[in-house]
Amino acid sequence: MSDTHYSDVLRRDPRAERIARNRLHPLHTTASSGGQVAEIRGPSGLLRKNPHTLGFIGPNGIKRIDRLKGNAIATNSRRGTTNTQVTLLPLHQVAEAAFTLVVVPDMVGGRLTAHDKDVLGQAHQLARAIEADIGAKGAVMLVAFGVCKEENFDKAGVDRLLLLDSVEYQGYCPEQQMAALLQVEARFAPQYWLFPDSVHGGSDLGSRLAARLGIRPAVHVWQVNTDTTICRGAGGSTDITRATPRLLMLSQECANPIDESRHEVLPVVLKSTPIISLLLEDKGQVSVDPNAIPLAEAEFILSAGNGIKNWDQFHTAAQALGATEGASRVVVDDGYMPRFRQVGASGTWVTARVYLAVGISGAIQHMQGIGQCEKVITINTDAGCDMVKRADLSLIGDSEAVLQELLKLVKVFRQQSHQGQNNVKISEKTGVKKDTNEEAENAA
Amino acid sequence: MQPDSSTALDDKGLDLTELDLKIVSLISIGKHPTSGRARRAEQDGRAVELGMVLAEATGDKQNLTVIHAGDSQLEAQQAALRSYAGMGLGAVRVLQMRDSADAINPLSEYLYKHAPDIILTGVHAESGESSGMVPYLLGEALGWPVVPRIANIVSIKNGVAEILQALPRGQRRALAVRLPFIASVDNAAPAPRQSAFGPASRALMDQKVSQSDVDGVRNAWSELPARKRPKRLKVVKAKTGAARLKAATAKPQGAGGKVMKEQSAAEQAQAIFDLLLEEGVLR
Ligand SMILES: Cc1cc2nc3c(=O)[nH]c(=O)nc-3n(C[C@H](O)[C@H](O)[C@H](O)COP(=O)(O)OP(=O)(O)OC[C@H]3O[C@@H](n4cnc5c(N)ncnc54)[C@H](O)[C@@H]3O)c2cc1C
Repeated sequence: MSDTHYSDVLRRDPRAERIARNRLHPLHTTASSGGQVAEIRGPSGLLRKNPHTLGFIGPNGIKRIDRLKGNAIATNSRRGTTNTQVTLLPLHQVAEAAFTLVVVPDMVGGRLTAHDKDVLGQAHQLARAIEADIGAKGAVMLVAFGVCKEENFDKAGVDRLLLLDSVEYQGYCPEQQMAALLQVEARFAPQYWLFPDSVHGGSDLGSRLAARLGIRPAVHVWQVNTDTTICRGAGGSTDITRATPRLLMLSQECANPIDESRHEVLPVVLKSTPIISLLLEDKGQVSVDPNAIPLAEAEFILSAGNGIKNWDQFHTAAQALGATEGASRVVVDDGYMPRFRQVGASGTWVTARVYLAVGISGAIQHMQGIGQCEKVITINTDAGCDMVKRADLSLIGDSEAVLQELLKLVKVFRQQSHQGQNNVKISEKTGVKKDTNEEAENAA
Repeated sequence: MQPDSSTALDDKGLDLTELDLKIVSLISIGKHPTSGRARRAEQDGRAVELGMVLAEATGDKQNLTVIHAGDSQLEAQQAALRSYAGMGLGAVRVLQMRDSADAINPLSEYLYKHAPDIILTGVHAESGESSGMVPYLLGEALGWPVVPRIANIVSIKNGVAEILQALPRGQRRALAVRLPFIASVDNAAPAPRQSAFGPASRALMDQKVSQSDVDGVRNAWSELPARKRPKRLKVVKAKTGAARLKAATAKPQGAGGKVMKEQSAAEQAQAIFDLLLEEGVLR
């Protein structure tokens, strides 16, 4: 049967009919008339009846008029409608910002983390509190550094966005970032600075800015309002209650993320990029033996299931990709992989950013273990298996052939990047002097 | 692929004999997480360990100075400080001041006067505010670069040190920084060596009374044992009961990813490769 046929089926609403029958029910008038009034007193004082609103459509599609004086009135029955409405969240607008709160997120992998979203939620809570105090609207500004792949800034609560993604801001460059933040400080004089208290760089940057601005920051903060702040001290064993400073480094789950409004994401630009001489030079990430990293911490996991036949190829692929090896329970039970490599309910709960599952069907016990993974890729012969439903990218085919091709690609990539490294000499960024403060101020 | 990079230093046998390198490790009194007793702090112990390895590489153990700024009058405090000395230090220098005093001014004065090349600290103290601001404030006062969370120092050549920084998920980043600098030492750095009781009790506690203002801001704070944080509840915001039931019972489904069925193996591999590159896990 087609969909249109389904939508023609008459649907009765027994509850509405019951309300319509019961004249004492509080909803009786609205329900029985279906929005339109059947009987009105006309201008001359005569009672007028609207025959179109009288009666109801019976179960077999024939109109029935109830002559029992309301003792058996039913409503105009509702037709089954299948339109799925996408409700647009209300847009939060700040035309003229009386004050600004600045959030500097981690943006691990170019996207807002859950921690970042919590901090944005906290920023909005603070903004609402200040708005109630002074009676004018304020904006939450996000300062994002480096590569940015985030698409949902509006739903995360970003009113203003300062995106600094030029070359100087790639990689580890806290001094350059500091110079930009000082410009922001000079121009917007933010009411509060909020940083995620994280190892991804949030607490580093926050501490630098606090030292430079001479603010005594609150760190490991887990509860804030505009007056007092509660933060963890002494390695997490005490709670310190103190007055709220201007610069906060917030723990995870400090507040609920924004989920009921959209925001404008108006772009903000700095007048000029502060050029400073750097004392710290980023030489890039060092290759670490991926199998030495604990499975639960690994960022990129290549996981093998029952669909793997060629184990030598699998290990070669893991090594070539620089991925940590994982496994499903079946292959561990069969002795192809050690027990500590097992992913899942009875193995390790992994947090990888990218999880590449080869020949794994996606049993629920396995899926529990990869609940926190961001991107799941799967290679499987069965297009209907649960892993394909979960995966962001699914490749239906024989794993051996795909891995073979992938190995070729990686080999070419490695050769190219080797040549690239030999050609390009990275020594421009080295600097000696440190007058970041002055130069930033001049630039601002 | 490189072996575990935290041992890279031992493999190459860092040789700094030509350098006249002055190293300072800053130590604090740790606090055992369960018993609350004073102890050698984990990260500060690592800072001393790294300092000792560097000093031994220069050929003169005296190149390392270990400094504590704070109170050391109580017996427990003495014992904790001595347990650093038990790692093989001749002396521990103490800038004696009241517990409530601010340590930054006397430290930066001392460090400015003695001008070391490398200052090593822990990331967070185990007691007090534990804000981790000490290296940054010192860096600001002295005008030196700050390198947070280092795992090791690989080499020092021509006044430039090559450092391995610890990143989350067991990753490492190589940084080059010009001397002098301040670094905080991460838990990923080599573990501190054992502390021996004999040398610890024989070590010299070189005390120097220093003046510092009382930390007035902190007196206004109230400090209590940590309360348990409320767990975040997963609240389903649905208008109708049916929607709530659906949210509670539905299998978690991905937003429906891309499925490649017909394409050749080469095309499929290319799709994986592109995604891996985009996510930046392929390096
Ligand atoms: C109490 C309990 C706890 C458990 N805990 C865990 C756990 O922690 N972790 C865990 O993983 N499992 C666990 N299991 C087992 C789990 O239920 C599944 O049996 C297991 O995960 C299946 O592993 P698999 O996907 O590798 O194998 P299979 O289910 O056999 O799937 C193999 C997949 O590979 C595909 N395939 C076959 N050949 C190829 C090919 N040439 N190329 C590509 N694809 C191919 C097939 O289409 C299939 O989808 C547990 C079970 C129980 C009862």
